[in-house]
Amino acid sequence: MTDDGITIEVNGKSLPARKGQMLIEVTDANGIYVPRFCYHKKLTVAANCRMCLVEVEKAPKPVPACATPVMNGMKVFTRSPLAVEAQKSVMEFLLINHPLDCPICDQGGECELQDLAMGYGRDVSRYQERKRVVGDRDIGPLVQTEMTRCIHCTRCVRFGEEIAGLRELGATGRGEHTLIGTYVEKAMESELSGNVIDLCPVGALTSKPFRFSARTWEMRQMSGIAPHDGIGSNLHFHVKGQTVKRVVPAENESINEVWLSDRDRFSYEGLYSDDRLSTPMVKQGEEWREVDWMTAFEVIKDRLGLILNAGGPERIGALAAPTSTTEELYLLQKLMRGLGSNNIDHRLRQTDFGDDTEAPIFPWLGQSIVELEQLDAALLIGGNVRKQQPLLNHRLRKAAGKGAAIMAVNPVDYEFNYPLAARIVAGPGQIPAALAGIVQALLEAGRTLPDPSAAALLNGIQADANHRAIADRLLKAGKAAVLLGDLAMNLPGLPAVRYLSGIIAAMTGARFGYAGTAANGSGAWLAGAVPHRLPGGQPSPHAGLNARAMLERRLSAYVLLNVEPEFDCHDPVGARNALGGAQCVIAITAYRTSAMNFYADVLLPAAIYAENEGSFINVEGREQRFGAAVRPQGEARPAWKILRVLGESFCPGAFNLDDIEAVHAAIHADMQGIEPRNLDAWLRPDSLPWVNGALQRLTEVPIYSGDPLVRRARSLQRTHDAGDGMAHIAPGDAGRQGITNGDRILLKQGGETAELPAVIDARLPEGTLLLQAGNPACFGLGPETGEIEIGRA
Amino acid sequence: MVMQAIRNYLKSLFLLEMLKGLLLTNRYLFKRKITVQYPEEKTPQSNRFRGLHALRRYPNGEERCIACKLCEAVCPAVAITIESEMRADGSRRTTRYDIDLAKCIYCGFCEESCPVDSIVMTRIFEYHGEKKEDLIMTKQRLLEVGDRNEAQIAADRAQDARYR
Repeated sequence: MTDDGITIEVNGKSLPARKGQMLIEVTDANGIYVPRFCYHKKLTVAANCRMCLVEVEKAPKPVPACATPVMNGMKVFTRSPLAVEAQKSVMEFLLINHPLDCPICDQGGECELQDLAMGYGRDVSRYQERKRVVGDRDIGPLVQTEMTRCIHCTRCVRFGEEIAGLRELGATGRGEHTLIGTYVEKAMESELSGNVIDLCPVGALTSKPFRFSARTWEMRQMSGIAPHDGIGSNLHFHVKGQTVKRVVPAENESINEVWLSDRDRFSYEGLYSDDRLSTPMVKQGEEWREVDWMTAFEVIKDRLGLILNAGGPERIGALAAPTSTTEELYLLQKLMRGLGSNNIDHRLRQTDFGDDTEAPIFPWLGQSIVELEQLDAALLIGGNVRKQQPLLNHRLRKAAGKGAAIMAVNPVDYEFNYPLAARIVAGPGQIPAALAGIVQALLEAGRTLPDPSAAALLNGIQADANHRAIADRLLKAGKAAVLLGDLAMNLPGLPAVRYLSGIIAAMTGARFGYAGTAANGSGAWLAGAVPHRLPGGQPSPHAGLNARAMLERRLSAYVLLNVEPEFDCHDPVGARNALGGAQCVIAITAYRTSAMNFYADVLLPAAIYAENEGSFINVEGREQRFGAAVRPQGEARPAWKILRVLGESFCPGAFNLDDIEAVHAAIHADMQGIEPRNLDAWLRPDSLPWVNGALQRLTEVPIYSGDPLVRRARSLQRTHDAGDGMAHIAPGDAGRQGITNGDRILLKQGGETAELPAVIDARLPEGTLLLQAGNPACFGLGPETGEIEIGRA
Repeated sequence: MVMQAIRNYLKSLFLLEMLKGLLLTNRYLFKRKITVQYPEEKTPQSNRFRGLHALRRYPNGEERCIACKLCEAVCPAVAITIESEMRADGSRRTTRYDIDLAKCIYCGFCEESCPVDSIVMTRIFEYHGEKKEDLIMTKQRLLEVGDRNEAQIAADRAQDARYR
């Protein structure tokens, strides 16, 4: 025990404690329950509900356990007549204004007030007067309010200030007239807003999409892993019958603590989209026909067989979504390599594959998620961490709260929920130059280049005050990290960005890591779903085509795994044309889209998310397995089973994997002894990417457009964070063209045009036009990056 | 032993047991009759009679049920199936309320648990089904039973009110 170890006595039992702990922490740690409403272990102490009153020897009155620091030898009684009497009195006060609407309250059955009223409430109320009534506020499509039920514990208010970093909810008025609400009528914009639903001890804040659809006692709780960011938040599905009714976080201190991002919480709605594919389908001529599984497999065997004979296996390519499980990706690459083709990729939005050979075994965070909290400085390059990886950002925010300098080099001046120590906003083409500026500043500070040949890249690069500030903070920090975000990975000139970031990390002793990957980006690399690496990161003797090349080369056949290329690829138009021109496109998909009707030939219904089983590997390299929570809809099957049968029909004997355990074991046999390693995993480009003065297109993926599941989550699509479908123009560019907010403008890219409403966006550097991926109006435009022209429509 | 045998002999000779039985029969022959000529005649019913279920409405026509599902939870025979949703006006309502009469044991717990006196058991006991499906009371049918018998249902509840 450390020096500040003390002993207290609770209900006659002596318990170890540490100085500075609150009484309730000690009782919680030792399994002694003290009733509470306002206390929450992740929030500061408010001590305003008074429910946790306990008796302390020599104290004149009962004291709140949540706000009473422990003292050596303290004698506490949590169940003494005095304590219970105090708790019962508090309960009576709380129930004065709480409505008796438990039968219609969604919290009924899991309500802390209801539970404690059973233990501490009187059966008949002495209060005969009118109860307080509070009007409801509409605070967005995710959280339903019923403020009459509020008991003013202020957990939601503290959550906003301390965790979400936005003061969205607050208390106005005093005493009985206290009201909790947004100060002005507006929707909550936090990407973590759904957590107030869990925090609220009563039914004042409940889930809007779930509203009135089930009772807590009807649902079974099944474990799962979130499939949207590379974090792999642990969650519970609440399942009624075979339907996922809602998703709540499962506690895992080393990943998501007790939180869950809104995307992970509400994306389950996408499972019940109208366009779910329920039976295998085959296109014959222009007609789609529903077939049974065996027929579908025979059709595939025939059609792919023709192509194998005519053009050879190199004419077949596979595109996999990085949201697929490791098992699916492994079997897909095994199938492709069994056919004799290395054309497999999951990096659908990446445009520059120049340094593939040097890329790390998998894009590792460079540290564990928990370690982010302990950083003294972090440089984020090209990414909207707050929205895309909310729970990584939460760790960085905690670090910032302890004084860490979080800095960003971004093509858009993204908003953070903590102050940035320094920031550089540079267009997509200028990011390498900005990074070179930081390298130059580090040289000026007396650091040497780890790779002397890098000096050639620094010709004509001047360090300015911003560069020096970033260099300075990185150098001063004890623990620092340089993190590449998701936008950076999709920029042209990725090798230069990766190289310079790596050099910065090496010169400052910072850890180099990747913050932005999709759900299973790490798993995809490790499973060999890249053209130049086998499972376990072994280099492939023959490198195949990457995602971009596969679509540009116009192959004869494509296998799509959970991909909707019209939304998910770097060049939606190119993808559509390549697929439309192919002889055979096999889509293993959960949804049937109109574009698929056009380009696909065989549609195989796959189970996703709660219906699927397998594993994800997150950014820190942690593998998390999950089982199916509900049965797949219709004839859909887990994609690993589909791929296994497909594999067996082409390579008999090689796919003798009867259950998911066998697949898993096969992957693990290939992954023995892998050490995550990012250092030196970069390649020196010959020169910095050259940029002319033309307007550059930048495409961000709105956080609720990242994968097929979340695109179909109706409630999320109604939030502030869903794409606005506008062309975002920097104020300077807009001024030059005389464009004002709301004007319709004409976009020209590569001979194609599109018309969009414009919005002037001060977050953008001059010379950059920001569009949002997945916007149907931009489909005609071509690749997500590159030069673009604007004019008035 | 010999005396016993003689007594038994005399009893059977004079048909004593039979006369005893006939005496009982004769007594009932002249007593007031309690048999009712069902279906022309019916026995009186308690206001707490637990017969066919009904769903009630408020006088303004609004259905009472708020889909709290307490009856579903309390039902020992698992005979009730409820699905709920938010109606367009924002209120909590059922989209499905089925009672399987083949499962129901007529214990009355559903009525007891109902916070809004919506599900009630009526005095109706004469019903039948020709198919198994006929014995599944849907929300529509339950509401119809309630609508037809509201006067009786309300009177019965009023009579019982002071004991509840």
